[in-house]
Amino acid sequence: MPVTNDPVDVLIIGAGASGAAVAWSLAETRMRIVCLEQGDWQQSSRYPSTGRDWEARQAEDYAIHPNRRAMPADYPVNDDDSPIKIANFNGVGGGTILYAGHFPRMHPSDFRVRSLDGVADDWPIDYATLEPYYALNDRMMGIAALEGDPAYPPKEAVMPPMPLGSTGEMLGRAMNELGWHWWPSDSAITSRDYEGRAACINLGHCGHGCAQGAKASTDVTYWQEAMRARVEVRTKCRVSRIETNDDGMATGAWYFDGDGREVFQPAEIVIMACNGIGTPRILLNSASERFPNGLGNSSGQVGRNLMFHPYALVRGRFDRPLDGYRGSRVFMWSMEFYETDPARDFLRGYCYQFTRGNAPATTALNGLGDGLLPWGEGHHAAFRRLFDHQAGMIAICEDLPEEINRVTLDPSLKDANGIPAPKITYRLSENSQKMLDHSVARGVDILTRAGAKDIITRSPLPYAGWHLMGTARMGNDPRTSVVNAWGRSHDVKNLFIVDGSVFVTSGGVNPTSTIQAIALHVADQIKTRIHDLFD
Amino acid sequence: MTSSTETINDGWGPALSDGERLCLRCVAGAMIPASAVLGMPGADDPAIMADMASSVKRDRPALARLLRGIDEAAGGRLADLDAVAASALLDRLRAADPAGFAVAEAVIARAYYRDDRVLMAIGMEPRPPFPKGFRVDEGDWSLLDPVRDRGPIWRASE
Repeated sequence: MPVTNDPVDVLIIGAGASGAAVAWSLAETRMRIVCLEQGDWQQSSRYPSTGRDWEARQAEDYAIHPNRRAMPADYPVNDDDSPIKIANFNGVGGGTILYAGHFPRMHPSDFRVRSLDGVADDWPIDYATLEPYYALNDRMMGIAALEGDPAYPPKEAVMPPMPLGSTGEMLGRAMNELGWHWWPSDSAITSRDYEGRAACINLGHCGHGCAQGAKASTDVTYWQEAMRARVEVRTKCRVSRIETNDDGMATGAWYFDGDGREVFQPAEIVIMACNGIGTPRILLNSASERFPNGLGNSSGQVGRNLMFHPYALVRGRFDRPLDGYRGSRVFMWSMEFYETDPARDFLRGYCYQFTRGNAPATTALNGLGDGLLPWGEGHHAAFRRLFDHQAGMIAICEDLPEEINRVTLDPSLKDANGIPAPKITYRLSENSQKMLDHSVARGVDILTRAGAKDIITRSPLPYAGWHLMGTARMGNDPRTSVVNAWGRSHDVKNLFIVDGSVFVTSGGVNPTSTIQAIALHVADQIKTRIHDLFD
Repeated sequence: MTSSTETINDGWGPALSDGERLCLRCVAGAMIPASAVLGMPGADDPAIMADMASSVKRDRPALARLLRGIDEAAGGRLADLDAVAASALLDRLRAADPAGFAVAEAVIARAYYRDDRVLMAIGMEPRPPFPKGFRVDEGDWSLLDPVRDRGPIWRASE
């Protein structure tokens, strides 16, 4: 028999980057707020960098691909029909458990791509709307940065940037010789002790959980504050669908608890924070007689316009020893090729995220894959040429929205609770491919100028589908968008979406900063409009 | 040694059989041989092999399939071929199935490059990164002066 819980005022689905931010912001209202999270709390003592087998464990329980991980918290994803595979993490903190902490804001031009470049659509909000939320989010997450970046309007730094190290110095000199922009990255990593979090000690394993707690995953930032303000996080609870009433309002969500029992959680307000795959999955699975095409989908846009950021990688070998595996994975970016340049054969642009070297097993595996490390007698000498002697960059390319790139429900693949798995259909656009090619060519220029040998390129990176955007887009027109300018569903007036699904365009930077700024913006709108929220 | 019917209760299928372990040892030795000059063990070192066989999880089914295929291609057991023939066979099989061999390479490299002797030989302390961490130099921030001097590059949206 299904169980029905006591009603709550606000039900948040998903405890990742956006769910945490919106929960914290709404907590001051004293409403009863519950967050349902399909995963669990992480224990920093179990993160790979605490053990001698750290590199192996990065490919096991903390692997980035959900189908590889296949933990009880994970749902399968059919991404066979996509050259870019999904990367995520399911648990309190969500993707911030495994992200590297690269934390750029979107640029002012990103919100006006139709007006400026004649492609895609403008956002119904702009940089100025989000600017105070970017700043608030930087303080809540504890962002290390250096003020004065010429690639952005002025913004305050919360603490000093992460160290450049020998890698940053070398690459910075090369960029200066080329006359190209570079700057220390805004990093979601504490360079100093901050709000109870210890400073980074350069473990070099940001991408698989930070044992030091220096990386700003939301389990150690927003959630600690939100729970102190009496928000309840209910873990191991996987939501299957949103229920509605005859008035077309959401009444709550059905979920499976950790014992597999089906439970109904009534709520006055439902907020989706499940990322660009999980949110359309639940909305599409909430189809009913009232909403036959899925909840909030009168526009037909739920699940469509899926955007990743196609990644290219450029890596080189240097004669001098560098930082290698030591230090944060993010430390320096370039926005030289970010804005549209009519002289190029593509619109919009990309940023570079520069990278240090890798730990020994990863160095070896990259070397084997790159053809730089042989089997047999020559292995050891070749390894010593590579280890601690590599550096490079990845390019994060803007992906323009296309309706054919989408999330649907797989007709046969299901998760452990019998909920249909998401099916990804995605192809690289010609514009994205040209941008990738450009980023590879310029990346080779940079490494060549820095003195690199044995330069390797990869484009697109297949296992890099981190950034999941666009599948419930924001807009003023209910015929072409899913939510309005403050995240409320056009169709269901007590249903909100705060994750990357609402992105109109992707920009060419990592999205977490913008996702959280939007979540704080939506939360403020809910608070401001509370007396006529459903009008 | 475990038998082919033994199951490790980690959810990733049966343990490697004796035959699969023997084949894996030959593959590991061919991939990373010992170096007396550098004072490094081979990946077929007994301690490394024991660690490798006991720690492989998600890759175990794919690894076992690969190893059985190698033995089959060797006409019985890879271990029964002489070194030249085994190396030639592995070269041919790797060229035909790079994805399959990538699994073996991952398993072998991850076990090899955490052995104390190996880590010390390549200049690392044999310890996990946490809690001691590592030192990274701050760097020369004056390198940013030319970037500042060029002025703003962001594009106004209005």
